[in-house]
Amino acid sequence: MKNPVLEIKDLRTSFNIKGDYYAAVDGVSITVHENEVVAIVGESGCGKSALALSVMGLHEQKNTKLDGQVNFGGQNLLTLTRSRLDKVRGKDIGMIFQDPMTALNPLATIGRQIEEPMDYHMKLSASEKKKRTLELLRRVGIKNEQRVYEQYPHELSGGMRQRVVIAIALACDPVLLLADEPTTALDVTIQAQIMDLMKELQNQMKTGIILITHDLGVVAEMADRVVVMYAGEVVEIADVKELFENPLHPYTRSLLNSIPSNMESKEKLHVIDGIVPSLQNLDRNGCRFAPRIAWIPQEDHEETPEMHEAAPNHFVRCSCYKTFYFPEDRVGEREYVATNS
Amino acid sequence: MLKFILRRTLLMIPQLILLSLVIFMLAKAMPGDAITGAFMGNPDATPEQIEKIREKFGLNDPWYVQYGRWLGKAVQGDFGMSYTHQQPVTTLIAGRVENTVLLSLFTAIMIYLIAIPLGIIAGRWTDSWADKLIVTYNYVAFATPTFVFALLMLFVFAFVLGWFPYTGSVDIKIESGTWAYMVSRAEHLVLPVMSGAIIGTVGTIQYLRNDIIDQKTKEYIKTARAKGVPEGRVYSRHILRNSLLPIAAFLGYEITGLIGGSVFIETIFSYQGLGQLFIQSINLRDFTVVTALVLISGTAVVVGTMLSDIILSLVDPRIRIE
Amino acid sequence: MSLLTVNDLKIHYPIRGGFFRKVVDHVRAVDGISFELQPGETYGLVGESGCGKTTSGRALIGLNKATSGEMLFEGKDLAKLSRSERRNYTKDIQMIFQDPYSSLNGRKNVLNIIAEPLRNFERLSAKEELLRVQELVARVGLSPESIYKYPHQFSGGQRQRIGIARALALNPKLIIADEPVSALDVSVQAQVLNFMQEIQEEFNLTYLFISHDLGIIQHMCDRIGIMYRGRFVEEGTADEIYNNPQHVYTKRLIAAIPEMNPEKRFEKMHLRQAINQEYQTEYNSYFDKDGRMFDLKRISDTHSVAMQ
Repeated sequence: MKNPVLEIKDLRTSFNIKGDYYAAVDGVSITVHENEVVAIVGESGCGKSALALSVMGLHEQKNTKLDGQVNFGGQNLLTLTRSRLDKVRGKDIGMIFQDPMTALNPLATIGRQIEEPMDYHMKLSASEKKKRTLELLRRVGIKNEQRVYEQYPHELSGGMRQRVVIAIALACDPVLLLADEPTTALDVTIQAQIMDLMKELQNQMKTGIILITHDLGVVAEMADRVVVMYAGEVVEIADVKELFENPLHPYTRSLLNSIPSNMESKEKLHVIDGIVPSLQNLDRNGCRFAPRIAWIPQEDHEETPEMHEAAPNHFVRCSCYKTFYFPEDRVGEREYVATNS
Repeated sequence: MLKFILRRTLLMIPQLILLSLVIFMLAKAMPGDAITGAFMGNPDATPEQIEKIREKFGLNDPWYVQYGRWLGKAVQGDFGMSYTHQQPVTTLIAGRVENTVLLSLFTAIMIYLIAIPLGIIAGRWTDSWADKLIVTYNYVAFATPTFVFALLMLFVFAFVLGWFPYTGSVDIKIESGTWAYMVSRAEHLVLPVMSGAIIGTVGTIQYLRNDIIDQKTKEYIKTARAKGVPEGRVYSRHILRNSLLPIAAFLGYEITGLIGGSVFIETIFSYQGLGQLFIQSINLRDFTVVTALVLISGTAVVVGTMLSDIILSLVDPRIRIE
Repeated sequence: MSLLTVNDLKIHYPIRGGFFRKVVDHVRAVDGISFELQPGETYGLVGESGCGKTTSGRALIGLNKATSGEMLFEGKDLAKLSRSERRNYTKDIQMIFQDPYSSLNGRKNVLNIIAEPLRNFERLSAKEELLRVQELVARVGLSPESIYKYPHQFSGGQRQRIGIARALALNPKLIIADEPVSALDVSVQAQVLNFMQEIQEEFNLTYLFISHDLGIIQHMCDRIGIMYRGRFVEEGTADEIYNNPQHVYTKRLIAAIPEMNPEKRFEKMHLRQAINQEYQTEYNSYFDKDGRMFDLKRISDTHSVAMQ
């Protein structure tokens, strides 16, 4: 077994809403190993972005409560002082943000922005920094690196900017990359280019990657292991092949059935009943997905749903997966039974 | 870049012509003219005499003739004679320009010295007690009329405490050019400058505080923190740098704007500047002086705006013109 | 007869430059596109940001002015109609917008939002109006009491359905849907897409479906036009476009769809590299010397490609 790079243990991130704290990340445990891409997938409000920001310590300190452990390099990041944390961020952990249009300082040159983390984490002369920066720009597939070095963000296209954001994350040879929806804001062909670039870089550099995304296509293209989140909890963890071949949790299965690109015909897409409850309205007792699959009887759920190893290295929360079915599938079956009898 | 500056300069010409036209019309529309003012206290003047003088000053010509004559001379720096002072307006103004420029310049510097640190503190530590204090000060300063505050300063520091002189721009008994003369000028400046500055910080503090709060939530600040940039540097290298650039750009505008805006302060402190002259001339219906002053301060605003545009395009790469 | 025929539509915007800001060139946002919509079909207009797909859609409902070309709706050229004549056609052509958060007026309740087009075109008594709105609200699957609520009280998917109800109010023949589900989560997307298919049958609607998402286009559309830099690069049935793409740009787009089978991910990556290679080496057979696409050429009854 490979060495773990990052161990998140029972992480709970709560936000203050009108005086009370509500957990957006509710007891999440995830381990990322060397040279492993772990995708965290879920819809908006499931807590995946809050999780990434918690690991990096990027939440506003006021109004946010963090519990649990984020173990990295022998220390718990959650308990570090700001100055100790600054020695880790940008050096051993690099972060890639969603929107390259806003993630770069509009008033600083590209060169300056890539060199900045080196100022704090590496002892390099100005010329060494420049040399390294130009090399990074080439590595992320920018060909006219000399020119781009001098340019400002607004002079570059979205795809180019995202390459720059990746170069910043890679500036100090991190062992872990946190990528928060790195391709969501990009055009289709640019998205494919950035995915391929990240795959290539990962192959070369053997960094661990946490990939936060809502797009199961991106998961299928990039991940080694997948963590599915719903309403602040992990509901399923499996290797990527296993997850796409044999999804277990009702939420994972529903999600896979609602993507058009996953369907061959013009059949109806699966619709998940109801809506994701808000943080304040979420019922934290019992199976959180139960209200959205009301046709599954209450006794099929666990009272306090736990993660179970349903297959080797395949974990799923609650027992409702065992009897779960899609009502639209049963309609046909019943008719079939009726005509047969 | 040169092309942009040239274009921007040419664009000023129609603005200035329009400005001069409006000023001329307004001046004409005011009740009474120079003659009524000058003869107000003289019941012996006969209508024939007044008519003769009106004719002599060209006040009976059609408006466009008067406008053309006035503008043509103004461009050459000749604003005509002041009826009440019986000397060329240009000489009259020149004697006071220095005082007003000094006052505006020091007021602007003071405004920045007070407003920038306060704006930064309030923006960086929002909702702290310091922020609440600064915001309160800002509201009070916003609500207080300049002349009330200036009178208060005058009363406390000049009248009660006697720390500073309360009238004029220099002690007239001291010979000009000496060290003592400079000190006297400085002493005379303190109260007017402080009165203007303490009230004048409102806009800058407000802008800076809001902009810092706004910048703090920007994504690229998250990027900076994720790079491991220490918090102090996040502010100095990213937030403050970006928030202060527009303030630097507005410098030109702010200073030229003050030239027309120190009317109350100068009048209250009997400071021999353009603002005081302006009020006096209005009271005396000294039409030539008033129009000249409005034209000058109006031009200052137009030029200041242009300067700000040019500075902004120099410091912000996003609007840099190729 | 086709419902809508677009003929050589061009939408150009002037670029000003030089000392006196004279018009020195034009941005060719849409540069000569032609296509036809048959009644009852769903036509997909696909491309990446800036390709001109939204500009074209907006021109059809009069939000953008066409520089030249024809837009024949039931034989009448929309571009040549006077304002008052045009009004009659506004009824028949409605639009669903991308962002359900900003396309609904937050100060109006649902009743007023949906009734607005009715008030513009039909004289109904207050009671008739209320009945019609309730009918529409029920049709899009919202509860009857929701007509007195305001947009912020609804979720994204519900808001998009309010937008659809507004578009349906006047019984239009053609609906232009500009990225109708891009701002929504996957499961909500499914809801809206299913619903659009249902009402299409029910009201016999024709859709012009504008999107950058090739998965959704494949799912929804009968025929597809691929746009790139203001021009069409390829047009054909969904099957032809997805299984037999001819133009290198189409191939590139199709190859960019994420591979849902994890085992084929590197295969897909190599396919993309090969297509990029083709783009470089075969550039001259796809673009003329000014980098412009060629005119569409028919290769079968339904399939056309912009190649020499």
